Order: sequence, then structure tokens, then C-alpha cells
Amino acid sequence: MRIALFITCFNDTMFPDTGRAVTRLLERLGHTVEFPQGQTCCGQMHFNTGYRPETLPMVRRFAEVFAGYDAVVAPSGSCAGMVRDHHRVVAAQYGDNALTEAVEEVAPTVYELSELLVDVLGVTDVGACFPHRVTYHPTCHSLRMLRVGDRPLRLLRAVKGIDLVELPAADTCCGFGGTFALKNHEVSNAMLADKMRHVQSTGAEFLCAGDNSCLTHIGGGLSRLRTGIGTRHLAEILAATEGDTR
Amino acid sequence: MSGADNVVWLGTPAFPEAARGALADTRLRANLRRATGTIRDKRLKAAAELHDWEELRERAAAVKRRTLRHLDHHLLRLEKAVTAAGGTVHWAADAADANRIVTYLVKATGEREVVKVKSMATQEIGLNEALADAGIRAYETDLAELIVQLGGDRPSHILVPAIHRGRSEIREIFLREMGEWGSPAPEGLGDDPRELAEAARLHLREKFLRCKVAVSGANFAAADTGTVAVVESEGNGRMCLTLPDTLITVMGIEKVLPSFADLDVFLQLLPRSSTGERMNPYTSLWTGVTEGDGPTDFHLVLLDNGRTATLADDVGRQALACIRCSACLNVCPVYERTGGHAYGSVYPGPIGAVLTPQLVGVENAASLPFASTLCGACYDACPVKINIPEVLVHLRAEAVEAQRRGRFLPTVEALAMKATGLVLSSPTRLAAAQWLAALGARLVARDGRIGALPGPLARWTGTRDTPAPPRESLRAWWRRSKAVKGTQGHASAEEEAAGDRP
Repeated sequence: MRIALFITCFNDTMFPDTGRAVTRLLERLGHTVEFPQGQTCCGQMHFNTGYRPETLPMVRRFAEVFAGYDAVVAPSGSCAGMVRDHHRVVAAQYGDNALTEAVEEVAPTVYELSELLVDVLGVTDVGACFPHRVTYHPTCHSLRMLRVGDRPLRLLRAVKGIDLVELPAADTCCGFGGTFALKNHEVSNAMLADKMRHVQSTGAEFLCAGDNSCLTHIGGGLSRLRTGIGTRHLAEILAATEGDTR
Repeated sequence: MSGADNVVWLGTPAFPEAARGALADTRLRANLRRATGTIRDKRLKAAAELHDWEELRERAAAVKRRTLRHLDHHLLRLEKAVTAAGGTVHWAADAADANRIVTYLVKATGEREVVKVKSMATQEIGLNEALADAGIRAYETDLAELIVQLGGDRPSHILVPAIHRGRSEIREIFLREMGEWGSPAPEGLGDDPRELAEAARLHLREKFLRCKVAVSGANFAAADTGTVAVVESEGNGRMCLTLPDTLITVMGIEKVLPSFADLDVFLQLLPRSSTGERMNPYTSLWTGVTEGDGPTDFHLVLLDNGRTATLADDVGRQALACIRCSACLNVCPVYERTGGHAYGSVYPGPIGAVLTPQLVGVENAASLPFASTLCGACYDACPVKINIPEVLVHLRAEAVEAQRRGRFLPTVEALAMKATGLVLSSPTRLAAAQWLAALGARLVARDGRIGALPGPLARWTGTRDTPAPPRESLRAWWRRSKAVKGTQGHASAEEEAAGDRP
């Protein structure tokens, strides 16, 4: 399959390792990965903070840049959700019919990583090896916007050597919420504290999730408390192999 | 907004500041966590018992959608049916209007006190205060509402108004206040729930037997028969609805259902969603007046108070489908930590964050649509499938627009959004910004991590380390190591330039 990687602006800037992991993983599974250099951002921050007119150029760009691929993969549940659910809202409100059509055409080809692997490529065992104790946090947008269900867990369970432990109150929000973490930083910190308590109770070496934004929030807290618990994006665990467990 | 309008509590700070006090109150947080946790588990069990739960939700949402689309029609049918059954219908455009009507009706009976069934609509219009101004005392009879009233407090939950209070606090309030309002609390009152309930029972019994006028809200009203419904758990409502001579019901216009048969689906959904019970212990239904049975005079006040304006908004109108079950409050991680008072409104929690700004105008409650992480737990819990996250982001856009209209200078946030918008809509500018960010981060990072920073960044960095952006973004890495001619696709001159920058 000819798969385009939508890395998302945040991963592009902060977590290129996640992008390299997605590429390595998909190539290992025999697919061609392309990186359209014209890509920028899905516009989620602007949309969710109420700056809709500012979102329009990003929606337009996304529809242009990612047209015509068999599939577009994003290693982020919330960005994939933005593209699939909200681009049409922006297009309808500020764009024109041509943009709405373009958005409608591209949106169904966009998948979050676990959806692409399980639903489109039909694999759950990706031949990964990650001999560590791991706990998984299902990010809210993956869980409730995309409804990825247990796909990430099925993928993780198939990883060789992994000791996957259940996270208490896993489906409670970690308190990141984009600009919520700044606008309501005190509530955000209170939610983070509870999430960290649950993560620590598992005795895991690594916290895994499908969104680096939530992981930056939780992992940043874990790091500040010197817990020694690391974070890994789902793609990085799935890309790891025996002898190469980056 | 009139002074009596209680939808938003004037003088309450914006949500982030109001939340700060709540977060510091460890007793409040413990009370909330315990109470919401218990109700949450009960609701899940009760919903799981019904094999057709999802189907019921869909049916309820459909009835509400259909009713709201033709609300005027159903309200006129309701008026006709209530009138035919011997009741009187009054139309109130706003809070002041409704308060004037109720005050006039009470005064006409010559009475100076009323018993009240717990009602969000009368909270919303500040009826108790308006009656007090007219020299009429209103007694709340719902146990939790009584605790709030005696404590000179405000409700912090739609269904459990005193959720923020522990039992020892309740005991203190009873001992201190009951005597001021009627029969005093028994001497030697302990803080056992049974003892507290018995004290309330004795206190209220005297009022039920004395008062000739009752004021209620309504959970539902059937347009075809003119039947009004109130559901409750304690039976105090039933006392108010049956004992007095005059019954005045204040009902938001969105509560109407097309037919009596529609009650079927809602009477299954509401108790399971709100208290986790299969059925409400008390479901009272009445149709106008019946000689020799219950009140001889019945008045139905139909309250608009911002609802027609809400109805006009295609996205926002779904908030009017709310049946006030509170399921969204009990699952909301933000509500669980702040409690209801932080929302500064009679409608707290996720539904309050979408309903309040619409009822009072988004500029008067601008912080509420932002009081959510958009985690979506509320949407999943809502028995009538109100897409609360959708309405939240819709209202955020309205709040930003309202601010743009009202200001000559843009806010810092607006400038930042404009600037990041420019960066994020061009790969050239994004690549340059990434290069600059990586450079800047290297100046402040230690061991690859950025610690606490001063100024506005402290909001993020005060409690979290941040990884320093790497030297090479993914796009730069791709161009350097992966790009092969022919697989670039869609590369423009602008994008060519993007790769050369860093």
C-alpha cells in the first residue's frame, strides 16, 4: 500500500523518533511510506480553542497535501479525530463546496496507527519485541472520538517479551486537554496527580499511549517527581525488535 | 440580565479562579470523589441491566429532537390540554416575568408561605429570593435542597445539591438553623444518616400540614393529555403535590413531550442515569385538577428565559434535550475535582458548561465552555445523547468571536493563535520555527529536559519537565536521509525552500 505519514506538527517538532518508528514499522510490514513535505498541522489547537477562521488554511492544506493516497496514517488519536470529525465542520462554515468535497474525500482515508494496522493492514502481531513492564493509557480522543477500542491492547499483547499490566482508572482523562492545561492549569495538575498515582501503582517501567501530547503531560510530571518511569509512544514499542529495542 | 436572574451567580469569578478554592478544599474533594464514584458505579450497573439501553438512548434523543423542532406546536397543545383539565397556563418570557406571576398567584391565595418541590427551574429564576422580597417564605422540602437552604448555601450538583457536604457538616447546620425556620432539631442529634433524615422529616412534617400553597418544577409534561410529571426519591415532593390547595408548577418550555406514551422511554432512562435506580421511588403524575383529590387550583408557568434563543442555534439547541439526570456531572473528571460552585451557575458540570452560556449569552459565562478537557466521558454517559464536546467547541468559537467583537485590541491569546496559525499553515514557516525552537531549547535545557520556567510558561513547567525539541525535526530528517526523487509528491517551490532553511 502507498501510505502517507501525517506526522502532526507536534511530533514533527518534538518527537521525530515516533515518526521514524512508524516508518520503520510499516516498511518492515512491506509497505511504502511517503512523507509529503507540504504537510503542517491539523488545526486542532486552533479549532478546540475557538479560533475557527485561523483553522481554515490548515484544513485546506491538509486536504490538498493528503489527497490521493491509499491511506494516511497519524500517530495521534486526537489529530486523526480532528481530521476525520472536525475538518468538515470548518469546511462547511468557512470554506466552499470544493473544499467540503476534498475534505470528504480525504477524511475516510485517515487512520490512527492502531486502526491502520488492525483494520486496514489486518495485523495484530507486528513482530515486535519489547522485554519490559508496560502499562497502557488509552487517550480520550482515541477512546471516545475514534473508538479504537482494544486495538492498541491487542497489538501490545502480541509483542514478544512484554509484561503488560493494567492501569487503574485507565479511561479517566489525564488532564492535558490541549490549551486546557494552560487555561485551567490547576485543575489539570490535580488530574495529572491522580493519573501519576495510578501509573506508579502498576510498577511499570514504561507508560505507553497513542498520543505524545498526553505522554508529554504525564511523562513530564513523572520526570519532575523523579519516578524513573519512562514514556513510549505505541509506535515505538511496536517498531522495536529483538536486538533493536529503541 | 435582571438582578433576580440566578442562572449565573453574579460576582462569581471565572471558572479557573473559582476552581482554585475548590481544589484547595481537601474535605470537599474527598466528599465529591466518594459521592460521584458511588453514583457512577451504580449507573453503569443499572444501565447494563437493560439489553436495549443504546436503543432507548437513541429513541429518547429522537423524541427530543423531534419535539424541539416543533416546540411551539407542542406547547400550544399542552396549554389546551391543561386548560381543558381545569388548570391555568401562564407564559413567562424571562425570570422576572416568572417570578412576578408566581408571586401574584401566591399573594392571591392570601398565604405568606409555600412548600417547594426541588426544582431547577425555580433555582434558575431565583424564585425563593423573589418571594422573600414580597414577604413570602419558601420552604425547600427535598432533603438535600433543605440542607442547602438552611446552610445559606448554593447547590453544587443538579441532583444532589448538597453533595459537597459531609454528614457532620449537615448535623451542624441542622442544629444551628432548623429553629430559625420552624421546628428545631432534636436535642442530642447525632450525625448518623438515619438520625439526620428523621430530624428533617419531623421538621418538614409540620410544614406539609400547615402550608396551603406548593411550588414545583416539572420533569416532563405530555402535550396530548396535559399531564405533568415529577419524579423524586423521598416522597416529600408527593406531599407537596397532593396536600396543599394550590399548586404552582414552573416548567422550562423544553420539558414538553408530544404524548403521554413518550414517558415510557424517559421513565426508564432518567432514574438509571441519575441515581442508578431501576425506577424512581416516587413518580407523581397529575392532569389539571380533580375534585376531592389533591389541589383544587393548578397553575402551570411555562418559562422561556433564554430557551428560544438557544433553540435558534442549530448546534447548541441539543442542550435543551437535557433531562437533568446529572450523569454527565458524575463522570466528569473536571467536576469531580472542582464541585459545582466553581461553575458559578445553577447548572454546573458539563451540561452547565453548555447550557448556562446559551441561556445568559456566551459573553456572560465565557470561561465555562473552556472548563473541560473535551475527554468526551459526558457524551458517552448522556441518556439522550447530547454531544456535549461538540457544543463546547462550538461555544468556544462563539466566545472568541464575542471577544473579537467587543475589543479594540486583540488579547495575548488571540495574537498567539494568529501567530501560530501563520506558522502552522506553511511548511516553510513551520520548518523555520522548528529550527528556532530546537536552538532556543538547547539554551535552557539540562540533560535534554526543560525544568521550571518563569512567567506564563510556569503554568506548564511548574509541575512538569519538558523534553527539549531535538536538533532535527522529522521533516528535516526525512529530506536528509529518506527523500528519493519521485517519492516526494506534492512538493512545491515553497516546500523545496523549507528543507533548505535549517
